[in-house]
Amino acid sequence: MAGFDKVVNTYEEAMAGLEDGMTVISGGFGICGIPENLIKEIKKMGTKELTIVSNNCGCDGLGLGILLDDRQIKKMVSSYVGENKLFEEQLLSGVLEVELTPQGTLAEKMRAGGAGIPAFYTATGYGTDIAKGKDVREFNGRKYILEESVVGDFAIVKAWKADRYGNAIYRHTAQNFNPMAATAGKITVMEVEEIVEPGELDPAQIHTPGIYVDRLIQGTFEKRIEIRTVREG
Amino acid sequence: MALSRDQMAIRIARELQDGYYVNLGIGIPTLVANHVPEGIEVMLQSENGLLGMGPYPTEDEVDADLINAGKQTVTTAKGASIFSSAESFAMIRGGHVDLTVLGAFEVDAQGSIASWMIPGKLIKGMGGAMDLVAGADNIIVTMTHADKYGNSKLLPECTLPLTGADCIKQVLTDLAYLEIYDGKFHLVERAPGVSVEEIIEKTAGELVVPDHVPEMEF
Repeated sequence: MAGFDKVVNTYEEAMAGLEDGMTVISGGFGICGIPENLIKEIKKMGTKELTIVSNNCGCDGLGLGILLDDRQIKKMVSSYVGENKLFEEQLLSGVLEVELTPQGTLAEKMRAGGAGIPAFYTATGYGTDIAKGKDVREFNGRKYILEESVVGDFAIVKAWKADRYGNAIYRHTAQNFNPMAATAGKITVMEVEEIVEPGELDPAQIHTPGIYVDRLIQGTFEKRIEIRTVREG
Repeated sequence: MALSRDQMAIRIARELQDGYYVNLGIGIPTLVANHVPEGIEVMLQSENGLLGMGPYPTEDEVDADLINAGKQTVTTAKGASIFSSAESFAMIRGGHVDLTVLGAFEVDAQGSIASWMIPGKLIKGMGGAMDLVAGADNIIVTMTHADKYGNSKLLPECTLPLTGADCIKQVLTDLAYLEIYDGKFHLVERAPGVSVEEIIEKTAGELVVPDHVPEMEF
């Protein structure tokens, strides 16, 4: 690596330094736009006791779901885990801890974490179980709860294209949580389908500026589809 | 006859107004996208980060990178935009979405909704539902009127953990269209061939029944 060049050549290098008990923030929605090879590397490393902050936990045998096989995850912070049977089993049997978090609150926790904002007030969840123990404050006649932001020891994200400096563009709805996750890691690792030279991407079209990216790697992606719905052509 | 899932979607689609930005939840709400009435333009918002959701793709158009909040493959409509989930929830939480349609396990006569958790049983998560009910003024809940054991889902008070308190004003079930105000359900329409008696029997919360309850037409 030299200057602003963030490119690493192996997945071992990409995830080097990940240790037991760390917090990892992951981009992706369902299995769309997930950093699938970085997740596979975590499985290979066998790192345990992880806290994973991600909207979902993949599916059985897919995405973050593969980290459940060897019980590498201690705690998940997610909004929706309905498609994952193993997740449900481990949760109900007490092996896995989960902090179910509203999707918008989760996105904002990452955004705020990356922006140096330690907490924020939101109306979401007021009057529900998730408000228990949280500070409540009234603004303009409406009640809001205080939610703390999140910063990860690592953030793992998937983009479409990036230049070697880590300036990245996402493709379609594979963007989802990736831009916020990218800002919220002490070490942010990004994998992409294509790495180009600095100057090749239009600066005005960059979704994630390279300042947030510490390591960048080009991979090949399976891109499985969770629910394939089609109409007659 | 109870309404089919598609009939429920068709009925909800009649509530759409020209120029509406609409968020559709997982399940039956997602089907509403297939039944937007002629002559009406709406933009469908999908909370993963898409405004202007189009129909399902043809086989050739299927793209793993383009899905809706139900994780189904979709297309973009003309004039669509795509953005991050934080931007998406800024729209929702900022009150910019005109109509929200979502599913539920239970709704009560105070307008509270439980849609995300059955303790000790099914763990699904709230997804974006808590954000949507907190951010939207205009919400339609869609669900079956009773569970598979015949127990009413329209209750005096929700028994399950809440998604939001006092926020639901309209419910479409497979049997009826109801409004909620003054701490009561109000029967507005019934499914074709479904008797008022059956709806009364399957509504546990206080129900106000007008003299004439029109049948929905399809």
